[in-house]
Amino acid sequence: MGAAPIIENKAMTTAHEHSDRPLSDIEIRVKALESLLIDKGYVHPDTLERLIQTYEHEVGPHHGARVVARAWTDESFAEHLRADATAAVASMGYSGRQGEHLVAVENTPEQHNLVVCTLCSCYPWPVLGLPPAWYKSSAFRSQAVIRPREVLRTFGLNLPESTQVRVWDSTAEIRYLVIPMRPEGTQGWSLEALAGLVNRDSMIGTAVVSR
Amino acid sequence: MNSIHDMGGMDGFGPMVIEADEPCFHNEWERRAFAITLAMGATKQWNLDQARAARESLPMLCYLQAGYYGIWIEALESMLKERGLLRAEANAGSLGLKVLAPEAVRDALLKGAPTEREGSVKPRFKPGDAVRVRVMNPKSHTRCPRYLRGKQGIVDRYHGLHVYPDSHALTGEENPQALYTVLFTGHDLWGADGSADQVSADLWETYLDASPIQS
Repeated sequence: MGAAPIIENKAMTTAHEHSDRPLSDIEIRVKALESLLIDKGYVHPDTLERLIQTYEHEVGPHHGARVVARAWTDESFAEHLRADATAAVASMGYSGRQGEHLVAVENTPEQHNLVVCTLCSCYPWPVLGLPPAWYKSSAFRSQAVIRPREVLRTFGLNLPESTQVRVWDSTAEIRYLVIPMRPEGTQGWSLEALAGLVNRDSMIGTAVVSR
Repeated sequence: MNSIHDMGGMDGFGPMVIEADEPCFHNEWERRAFAITLAMGATKQWNLDQARAARESLPMLCYLQAGYYGIWIEALESMLKERGLLRAEANAGSLGLKVLAPEAVRDALLKGAPTEREGSVKPRFKPGDAVRVRVMNPKSHTRCPRYLRGKQGIVDRYHGLHVYPDSHALTGEENPQALYTVLFTGHDLWGADGSADQVSADLWETYLDASPIQS
């Protein structure tokens, strides 16, 4: 690492999705496979729509943000989160696939946490939705465990040397949610306002939360 | 297996590409690939560990160049073919397959597939114990990354008995084992060359030996 990140805006590319261009190989292949699976009765078309709808529009980091805001303002919830994050998060209505065994890891001035899955892309879906492409990338998977400070710098996060960096490799079905530190000057803020501050990257560990 | 997917600590994958306001799916085929993979998984013709093994078994260049959902499609096709599910005469009726109904999706996703199992097997280790990760190089699926093998760590947490992926992928047997979070110092893993103070991973008891070395 050391090279500057490439920050892209793909909005223009996706605008051309619906033009009359020939389908690429992968598009043809996926269409054909989907038709075949439906024809054979293995998958139901409405099931496919429900799965897409759930992860594209319903489940997402706004869930995790509410967990964080509650942990910041309710010490008994924070205790529950420490003792049994799966149950604490489930009490807010978030549970299930790729989050069956949750552990919340709190950032402190002494320790900053970063989550990765070096072997594939394991990520706490019920609280964060589907992972961003960078999290699933070979660059992140390979470097997060050996050069996390450089990875964080790529995201614009420069931690003091006095803060230890702890990297959690998600090698089993335990899924990790980083609880970022609450920013100064937010005393008395509503849960909604606090949750609005909590960005997805701060719950993976590649960002912190600021006002 | 010691294939390219096991990339912790590797160099050479280029700079991070961070896309501003990245959409959940970049295009329609990704959306479909995601959905058909999950829906096929629900027919229980394979388990999650077998699905991961199929992705890891892709030829190295294919794995590196296919892209994330490209890997999913390659592996899905491979598993379907392997099990004869794409043959002309194969269909849900003739095979007696359980198909995920649309009205069952919500509950199925909320329930997920927990891997913890009841059992009377006593864990060998407890938090604070010094352990050393075994030197192992199975050709089949494992969740013990290469960068941890032979390394010394401390048990940080015990998670109960969990389905053991190494056997689950190979034979379908769950074979639940004690699962631990094990903590390593960055220095023990990487020498003076890394910037991690600590790295932890979740490792099954079979991956670990007691270590006589107390830090």
